Amino acid sequence: MSTQDTLTTSPAAGQLQTQAKGPSRRTGFRYFVKRFARESPLNVVALGILAVFFFICIFGTMIAPYDPLVPSIQDKLVGPSSAHLLGTDELGRDVLSRVMAGARISLGIATLILTIAIPVGTLVGVLAGYFGGLIDELLMRVTDVFLAFPAIILAMAIAAALGPNLRNTVIALTLVYWPWYARLIRGQVLQIKERDYVEAGRAIGVGTPRLIMRHILPNAVAPIIIQATIDVGFAVLATAGLSFIGLGAQPPSPEWGAMISNSRTYFREAWWYFTFPGVALTLTVIGFNLLGDGLRDYFDPRTRGS
Amino acid sequence: MVLHLIIRRLFFLIFVVFALSIVTFVLMHLVPSDPARNIAGPRASPAAVQQIREEYGLDDPVVERYVSYMTGIVQLDFGDSLSSRRPVSDDLKRYLPATFELTLAAMAFAIIFGVPLGVISAVRKNSGIDAFGRIVSVIGLSMPSFWLAIVLQFVFFARLGWLPDGQRLPIGVDPPRTITTLYSVDALLTLNFDVFVTTIQHLAMPAFVLGFISLAPVTRMIRSAMLEVLNQDYVRTARAKGLKNNTVITRHALKNALLPAITVTGLQLGLLLSGTVLVEIVFSWPGIGRYAFQAIQNQDPNSLISVTLVIGFAYVLANMIVDIAYIFLDPRIRVT
Repeated sequence: MSTQDTLTTSPAAGQLQTQAKGPSRRTGFRYFVKRFARESPLNVVALGILAVFFFICIFGTMIAPYDPLVPSIQDKLVGPSSAHLLGTDELGRDVLSRVMAGARISLGIATLILTIAIPVGTLVGVLAGYFGGLIDELLMRVTDVFLAFPAIILAMAIAAALGPNLRNTVIALTLVYWPWYARLIRGQVLQIKERDYVEAGRAIGVGTPRLIMRHILPNAVAPIIIQATIDVGFAVLATAGLSFIGLGAQPPSPEWGAMISNSRTYFREAWWYFTFPGVALTLTVIGFNLLGDGLRDYFDPRTRGS
Repeated sequence: MVLHLIIRRLFFLIFVVFALSIVTFVLMHLVPSDPARNIAGPRASPAAVQQIREEYGLDDPVVERYVSYMTGIVQLDFGDSLSSRRPVSDDLKRYLPATFELTLAAMAFAIIFGVPLGVISAVRKNSGIDAFGRIVSVIGLSMPSFWLAIVLQFVFFARLGWLPDGQRLPIGVDPPRTITTLYSVDALLTLNFDVFVTTIQHLAMPAFVLGFISLAPVTRMIRSAMLEVLNQDYVRTARAKGLKNNTVITRHALKNALLPAITVTGLQLGLLLSGTVLVEIVFSWPGIGRYAFQAIQNQDPNSLISVTLVIGFAYVLANMIVDIAYIFLDPRIRVT
């Protein structure tokens, strides 16, 4: 019960009042964040972690104490101190500054992967789900082949074939991720196209493209957003994994996986060097995982607490 | 009906492996580098490089190479490794058991800890243990395995000195007589307890890291399956007729909740196989994951394609076995 309901005398007046004030109180980003945060303390943790993460992505290079790429040999492998809060690496570069610079790389790569994979998957899923028949059969068998294969191995083979750099990491991981969206969206479309409002739209002569764009896809958005949120985390993890085995970012790039890979040589004497990129990586992925879980509960209250 | 389903799955298995072989083969031959040059070394004369190229058939058209490669694979001949110069099938025979042992140990860890944690989380929903289970799950899903591996190496090897930093056995210790190819089991069977303890010490960290990744899916699946089952009428009936709580949970609820859990566990087996790559690299574990890594570094297409195919095949096979097991375990599927 909101205060509005208790203050007004008749239901009609209440309705009018809400209409007059407009829906601004119950929609919009701020309303969403407030309500979302109230649902579970884990949601607050997720929002907190991601707020810090995005802040560092945007302002990281401005507030970083040192240049992440410039070596300073006399400071090499210095432990955490007031000059270098998270210590330095084997070339005397500041670990804190590099971890901050790495945030932007990880987010950039993950966003890029998903902005290619989601539209491709959506297109395939819509075609298969809406038209069915032979098109469906064909497209889904192709999808099955990609899904039937462990993602990391496929990405490894692709990255190894195309050559080790970040562009090829993006290509490899995009190829790995699109089938998940194709399958997800096909399932959604299959359900939604049977609904009465789609039938009604068709009956009054709405064309197929408009039917798909205006009536079907908007109703399939929630599961895509949930999946995409969780996948940003996994894409960050996969990128780091590929960089760790030397197939992604190359030195001197401050990518987290590449940093951890370099740190292995010095792991006995410089614990800070491998610890902090890993902590940043883990926290980021935890943030996206928790946000994804929270969003799922938020959009679908039936799964709450299970 | 059952037979029909099984045959369908088998056809899909063959289809997938075939498609995979094409994908991987085409990919590997897009490599811009020159494997013949790598074998011959940087100072070899052009003639020597050309000779190696012809010897390994690197000059043939792609289609021809694919056909000869696939004919070999059907006969379990994967060609020669361009870097070790041994047949790839010999290499695989040597490295697969190590990966298999590690995967099994990880699986055992995930089940031994994951199933009870999932059950307790469901029975005591929203309790402290439930929250603990959820936190462990999220961390397990989010933590990069290779990083966890390095952290453990630092703590238990470099600082405390309790565990070795890698390998299956230390240099100078002979592996036990081969019976199952799993060192730990073989050592037990041959009553070689010193070697058994050593193998377990070497297995501990890699198996924990790999098992920790699988802990999350297993726990989550058991928990949600248990929650669903605990609300069923037959569980209420069992309670109503006065059975002890433990009996209700283990005999009536868990038995039914295990079904979906088996699916997830089976799928995990495939995922573990691919997860081993990163863990094997950190722990210098002589399995196929590290072999694949070396193949990438040496630009050795035959080895990499073979490992990719073997892991892909094992993954699809694991899924298929799960599907078929499901048919036998759940009579309802047989009817529909």
